[in-house]
Order: sequence, then C-alpha cells, then structure tokens
Amino acid sequence: MTSLLEVDDLHVWFDPPHGGQVHAVQGVSFELQPGERFGLVGESGCGKTTTILALMGLLPPNASLAGQVRVDGRNILAGGEDSVRQYRWKDIAMVFQGAMNALNPVKRVGWQIAEPMAFHGIAEGKAALKRAGELLELVGIPARSAERYPHEFSGGMRQRASIAMALACEPRILLADEPTTALDVMVQAQILELLARLSDELGLAVVLVTHDLAVVAQMCSRAAVMYAGEIAETGPMEALYHDPQHPYTRLLFGATPDLFGTGDVTSIPGSPPRLDREAVGCPFRPRCDVPLDRCATDHPTLRQLGGGHFAACVRAGSGRANLAEAK
Amino acid sequence: MSDTQAFAPTTEGTEQVPLATEVLARPASGETARRERPATGSPLLEVTDLVTQYPVRRGLIEAARRVPRRQVHAVDGVSFSVARGEMMALVGESGCGKTSTVQTILGMVKPTSGAVRLNGIDIAGLPERQMRPLRRKVQMIYQDPYESLDPRFRVGQTVEEPMLVHSIGRSSAERRDLIIAALEQAGLSPADAYLDRYPHELSGGQRQRVAIAAALVLGPDLLLADEPVSMLDVSVRAGVLSLLDGLRRTADMGILMITHDLSTAAHFADKIAVMYLGRIVECGTAREVVRNPQHPYTKALLSVVPKRDPRDRSVPQILTGEAPDPIEVPPGCRFHPRCPIAIDLCRTDDPALRLPAASVDGHLAACHLA
Repeated sequence: MTSLLEVDDLHVWFDPPHGGQVHAVQGVSFELQPGERFGLVGESGCGKTTTILALMGLLPPNASLAGQVRVDGRNILAGGEDSVRQYRWKDIAMVFQGAMNALNPVKRVGWQIAEPMAFHGIAEGKAALKRAGELLELVGIPARSAERYPHEFSGGMRQRASIAMALACEPRILLADEPTTALDVMVQAQILELLARLSDELGLAVVLVTHDLAVVAQMCSRAAVMYAGEIAETGPMEALYHDPQHPYTRLLFGATPDLFGTGDVTSIPGSPPRLDREAVGCPFRPRCDVPLDRCATDHPTLRQLGGGHFAACVRAGSGRANLAEAK
Repeated sequence: MSDTQAFAPTTEGTEQVPLATEVLARPASGETARRERPATGSPLLEVTDLVTQYPVRRGLIEAARRVPRRQVHAVDGVSFSVARGEMMALVGESGCGKTSTVQTILGMVKPTSGAVRLNGIDIAGLPERQMRPLRRKVQMIYQDPYESLDPRFRVGQTVEEPMLVHSIGRSSAERRDLIIAALEQAGLSPADAYLDRYPHELSGGQRQRVAIAAALVLGPDLLLADEPVSMLDVSVRAGVLSLLDGLRRTADMGILMITHDLSTAAHFADKIAVMYLGRIVECGTAREVVRNPQHPYTKALLSVVPKRDPRDRSVPQILTGEAPDPIEVPPGCRFHPRCPIAIDLCRTDDPALRLPAASVDGHLAACHLA
C-alpha cells in the first residue's frame, strides 16, 4: 500500500554566499497516512523547517536537494519547481511559523483567504468569498468576521485564519511549523484542539513541527526526533517516551519540565554541531552522556527495533539497562 | 584585604567563586555593607493593593463630545510578597497584568495607588533622585537575549555598563574583577574567554547568562525575570532556570519570575500567583497550587498544560475565547463570563482573595465556590 506522503532519503544543501556548503538535511525519510498526526521535533537548527520547506518546494535559490517526496506514489520533486507547483496548496499546504503575524493588514481577512482560490482556479469572486466564510466557520470563527481586518482579530483568531488560508484549496496534508509557539497556553490548547479535530474529521494528515516534546506527546501518534539534519530516532510516541533508544531523545525529555514531574530537569550541555562539514562518527557524541569509543569513528544509521521504532545509535536495541550501567 | 563584618570572607583556594555581591561589598568600593537586613524584619519585596491604570487615548471627536476618558485597569489591586531566597512565579495569559506589575515594581510605571516596599521602604512613586540608588537593588532580566544585548558591545562592556551608570568601581581594573566575578557567577566560565566576544558569537543560553551577569554585577537583592527562557532552546532552558534557582539560594536573592509555563513554575518556584485581568486569583506554594488548585481558572490552565507522557492524555478543559480586555472589566467576578461553574452570585459579587476551607499553607483563592 502506498502512503499518502512518503519522504525518501531527502537531502538539502545550502550554498552560503561566503563559500562552503551546509548539509542541512541529511537523508530524512518518513511516511504519513491520511488522518495521521506526525511530529517533527528537535532543537533549532536541526533541519525541521528546512525539511518541510523542501516538501513545499519553497527552498531559497541557493539550496539544492536530492531524494524523493511522493504523494500517492508520485514523486512531486521529479520535475523541479514546475512539478511541485501542481501539488503545492492543493495536496500539501503549510502554516508558516509566525503566519498569524504575516496577514496583510490592509486587506479584509476573507479576501486574503479567497485570493489563493482564484489563483488555483477553485473559486472566484462571490463564490470564493462565500467559501472563505465557510472555511472560517470550520476553524471556529464566525463567517461574518471575513469582513474584518487582521488587527481586529486576537492572536488566536489570526492563527485560526492562517490555518483557514492553508485549507483554502482542500489539501490532504498540512505542514504546521511551530503553530502555537507565540501563543498563550489556553490559546495553544484551542489551536491544537482545532488541528486534532481537522485531522480526525477531515482525514487531514498533519506534520507538526515543534521544539515542544510535550505538545507532540499529546498530539501525535508518531514522531521523529531530528538532530544535526538527521533523524536520530523515530517511532510511536509511546516508544519514544517510555523506551527511548537514542540518548538525545532521552535527554530532550529530561530537559522538558512536566507539571507533576518529580526529579530534576536538566539541560543538555553543548550545542548542535555545525553542518558545514561532514561529521566523523556520531554527530551527537560530543553531547552524549553515554558515548562509546566507536562513536568517535562510526556514524550510526537508523536501526530497526520493531514496531516501527528506529534509532540511530550504536547502543540502540541493547536495552535500557545498558544505558544506565554506562552512567 | 579586610572584609566588612556583614560578609562571610571569600574562601580562597577552594573552588568556590567569589560572588559578585561579595566582591562588591569589599571596602574598596566605598559601599556600606549591603547585606544588612533592616531591623524591622519586613520581607524583601512587599506589594500592597497595587493599582496601575493607563488612560486610553481619546480621539479628537470623542474629546469634543466629552466622552469620558477610559482607563486600562492593568493592575487592579494586587498584593504579594517575596522573601530573600524565594522564587515566586507570576502566571497568567497575555494582558493579565503580569508585565505591568513588574514594570511598576521597577519604577518604570507610576502606580495609581498602592505600595511597593523594598526592604520596608515604599518605592512606589519615589522621586527619581531617591529611586536611583535603590534601582540597583532591583534588576530585570528580559525575555529575549537576542534583543536585550547591544550587538556592538562586547560581553565585558555589556556587563560593565551598569557599573558605569551607578558609579561602581574606581578603576577599570577593579571593574574588570567585578565583571569576571559576575560572569563566573552566571555560569560563563572561564570568564576571560567571554570578555571580548560579541553577542552574535554566543548561543541563546550564553546570551541570557550575559544578561544575568549584567544584572548580578550590581549586587541586586531582587531579580525580576520576564519569561527568562521562553526564547531559548528547550535543551538549555533547564540550565538557565537552574542558574536562577542557585542564585536565590547562594546569593540569597529574591526572584520574581513571569511565566506562562506552569510546568516551569511548578518545577522551579516556591510560590505561584495566578493572575487574571489585573488581579491575583490564586496564590500559594507551588506544590499546593499545582496539586490542589482552588480557582476554576487555575484548574483550566493546569488542564491544558501538555504532559510529557503520551499515555497521560487527560481531556483538557478548554476555555473559549481569550481574556477580555482590561478596559471593560466584567462586573462581579471578573472570570465569570468564561467560568464553567459560575452561579448568579458570581455575576454581581466580586470575590476577595481568601483562604478556602480545603486549603493549606496559606493557599489563597478568589472564588465564591472555592
């Protein structure tokens, strides 16, 4: 069975203006079924946003990429920019980071939602405006608010409106980049509830990019933890939390405070490596709390652990006791 | 080198780093011992019935029609205290008055009424000349270390500047010692390696530590931290919070932290005060507020905090809408329009902060039904 979305060995390189090459995404693969919610987590600069911008075909001109992105089994990157354009917004749509602050302040919200519909030949004029009102209703804003300007909306309403805009062409895949980061806790909960409802009721597949593991733990069935442009560990959320096989996953959870959590919250020393030179050995080794000698030379690849759980660590699958002993 | 009596002598030859406050107190700086506590035994910071209002700008037409001036009730009768060595978290949604409270304490905004006592001295509305020496004692750490540091200043200059403003240190050599002590205290070690660096060469966590060092160099009694880690990567947040946690213990400082993250507050603060529309609606020890919430607003806030464990998926109690605007505060209990359990009484009577029957450890809530 082909999946709705398959990302297969995706690589992205940037050519910075001052020479050299940054290997920002290094062989990322994952797949997504309709109605599924998938999390992409990790620190800043680990390649999360670059990965989903590549899926949208929206990388800057100094980027080059390799690998395949298949929607219903068809490689949408095959023909470069021209082939992505057929799928962008109609099959894959995106809510950008800070999208709520990117609405045009001098255009009515409804008009802004209707504009892409005309561009993609879905609806025009009054019909498009009517649909914009329906989309606003769908995301929990009264249709008559389509007449209003962005400054009349609160932060949460603007974020809802930007989700409505992404849904304008009835996509099947929604990529959401930090959709709740600048919002208050209660508004964050409202937006997450909305995304969950859209995926449950409309069968929308959602990729949730965030640095907040707790949000992913509550929202997603599966997730990938990215580090230095690679997937360090991926699998069902339960396995990632209760049986992490990569030290980075374990340490990230350990750095996330929990309301009723006991025990210390500890930060991970050091910072992610630069990606302008190929890593020798495991990229996480300098920050790892349980490194082995071979980690300095062997670059681990994702190892299958069963149940869709994979980890790129030489210790993966050797049991947690081993991790504890080494400490 | 002789130490003033009020200070423990700096232990030499051990690993302990001299605290900036201790270095500051050496007689060379010509300061009187600043660790002496006032004889009254009053808490470090005591805020009583603080009210801060801002007038809303009227347009020309409204002014001509003599439409009455309206007020933003940013802080509407807030009382709390912070002791030395204590960390208190002020929690609530945007627009609830957290930042206005802190700005009033700092003296950046004049309160409409109420008192802010620092070591027993009322500093609210104090004239600038008298405020200035006191301002050293209250230092602020801002949310975004990418914005709060001057990109053209080296780390050393950033930390030195507050000393120049407050005329601390007679020579640059003396100030250098203080800068190094403050950087080490903020966890930037070895400090020499950071002195000549620019903010763009540092990570977010390191920048925030520089901002903390620039506050510590003045030897404050009270640190006000406005969302100190929300701009930082998850992996370094705990480090900065642990630093603040350590400072209040070792340097005996009081810390008032603004945060919207209840998990962080639960982990690091001793006390939590939950604010809603300019009022504290619940206040108590962090443990009690989190485990035994009394106010329906606190209960709702706690229910929407995402838990780390994917098996622990309780149904969040999502309040509709957002906090109303503090210009038109609802009558009665200000939370009643969003409250899931409001009764008629709540629409008319404004509940006072009191000890509910089920509370322990002086845990207060402003709810008729608590």
